[in-house]
Amino acid sequence: MIELKNLSKTFRVNGGTIEALRAVNLTIPDGDIFGIIGMSGAGKSTLVRCINLLERPTSGSVTLDGVALEMLSDKELRAVRRKMTMIFQGFHLLMQRTCLKNVCLPLRLAGVKKTVAEKRGLEFLELVGLRDKANAYPAQLSGGQRQRVAIARALATEPKVLLCDEATSALDPTTTASILELIRDVNRRLGITVVMITHQMSVVESVCRHVAILDQGRVAEQGEVGEVFSRPRSEAARRLVFPEGSADAPVAAREGERFIRVVFNGARATGTPLIARMAVREGIEANIAYASTRSIGERMFGAMLLGIEGGQPVVDRAIAFLTQMPDVLAQEVNVHAS
Amino acid sequence: MLREWLASDAAGEAVEILRTQFPLALWETVYVTLLATVFAAAIGLPLGVLLVTGEKNGVLPLPSWLMKMINTLINLLRSVPFLILMILVFPLTRLIVGTVVGTTASVVPLVIAAFPFVARLAEGSLREVDPNVIEMAQSMGASPFAIITRVMIPESVPSLISNFTIAVTTVLGYSAMSGIIGGGGLGKIAINYGYYRYKYLVMFFAVLLLILLVQLFQTVGTRLAARADKRLKHQKE
Repeated sequence: MIELKNLSKTFRVNGGTIEALRAVNLTIPDGDIFGIIGMSGAGKSTLVRCINLLERPTSGSVTLDGVALEMLSDKELRAVRRKMTMIFQGFHLLMQRTCLKNVCLPLRLAGVKKTVAEKRGLEFLELVGLRDKANAYPAQLSGGQRQRVAIARALATEPKVLLCDEATSALDPTTTASILELIRDVNRRLGITVVMITHQMSVVESVCRHVAILDQGRVAEQGEVGEVFSRPRSEAARRLVFPEGSADAPVAAREGERFIRVVFNGARATGTPLIARMAVREGIEANIAYASTRSIGERMFGAMLLGIEGGQPVVDRAIAFLTQMPDVLAQEVNVHAS
Repeated sequence: MLREWLASDAAGEAVEILRTQFPLALWETVYVTLLATVFAAAIGLPLGVLLVTGEKNGVLPLPSWLMKMINTLINLLRSVPFLILMILVFPLTRLIVGTVVGTTASVVPLVIAAFPFVARLAEGSLREVDPNVIEMAQSMGASPFAIITRVMIPESVPSLISNFTIAVTTVLGYSAMSGIIGGGGLGKIAINYGYYRYKYLVMFFAVLLLILLVQLFQTVGTRLAARADKRLKHQKE
């Protein structure tokens, strides 16, 4: 379990100060995939670097399984970092080393013998599906393959926590989906706690169980992904959920129209005409006001905003119908008519 | 006409000198140059590492007075003309080699002149390493020493090779100057025969050989650097 208590970070720049983080409190449970989302400049990258103390917080505390990291010596901290590894937007592979040598690096740093390290390195390349690229150099790989090598490298020391700093932001949607699938797989099979820093809603929606929304260095809102995204309470959350600056009025609501936000959290809904079926079986006609969904394999991720005319019973019936399906969340949202 | 010219006294003498003196001179030049560069690299590379890692935001911050001292020392040595430096380091040369004249003695001033230069070149190479990659190494628990030996230096090998090639050619040029204080080599022949005795043809040959040597070192260095660089795509494994 990772606990951030009253974490603040102030940078001194040209005589002035920038408060990158202001009293952040977060608890990240073991085995979770925890998203931290925010706009550019919200302090996400600083926050993730404070978790492994690449940045020293100005005040506050970071504890991993009850151990306060800021109290550790440099040597002890280095040992902790082997159990809390990190992947980056830019992959940051050693360009002069082969993929296998890259994966072996953290093992060699930990003092593992070369032959043992190479054997383990190959196993982890196998895990990410790139065993055949062991002797290739990073320059010969695509972006997605490079991130896979970086993931293999991050997993090589068998960490408890994987920190992902915009790990998919440099990748195209298809590659992003496959990397996210890999991360989910790693989380499930190896039980690694994953912290995902991102500015992409879709990333959080597709893999995260919990999310914290970071806005100007503060945690604006946190909770379960479905809960937060279907009922955004804070201004920052609304801006993310309803982008294009129309936070309060995403659609021109008609008189008496009410809105339900449907979140697909990996539902096996591809091939199921959910909205049409609702119209046929329940007789509820839904107007799709906003939709952003994608399917990864047979699973569907994303969100929809449905406009429904009628009273409370109709809304309740619609929600009941939609949530019958596993991994679908539906909740009424307040959309203020402009 | 060429035959006539070759039969002339000056040409005959020059060819004779070329035959008897140049093989040794060539060897001396190569030997002094490579030996001096090796020593200069042995001192300059660690110093270059310190210049990068010792900074306030480096991986191994050193006290700022120490950094200032190292920087000043390097700038100081770099600003003394080599001709003067050779004479200034006589006491040190005597201490190390036992004499101040001769080929081996000329290695000492060459090293003193070259190591600050090598330090600056190494500094430049190491600064090219992506700071994000260094942060990555820190994130996986690498010690400062491991970052230097396993990340910074291996990642900058192609650039270091290019820069050491520059160092070799510069030392070669300096070594020719050491002919003045009795250091052997092509420089001595050029000065002794060409400058002191007006045998311009001999001087011309000596300079020609120096040019060929620079060409050779540079070509080899450029090839090695390109071959070492794994960032180039479509390389055969």
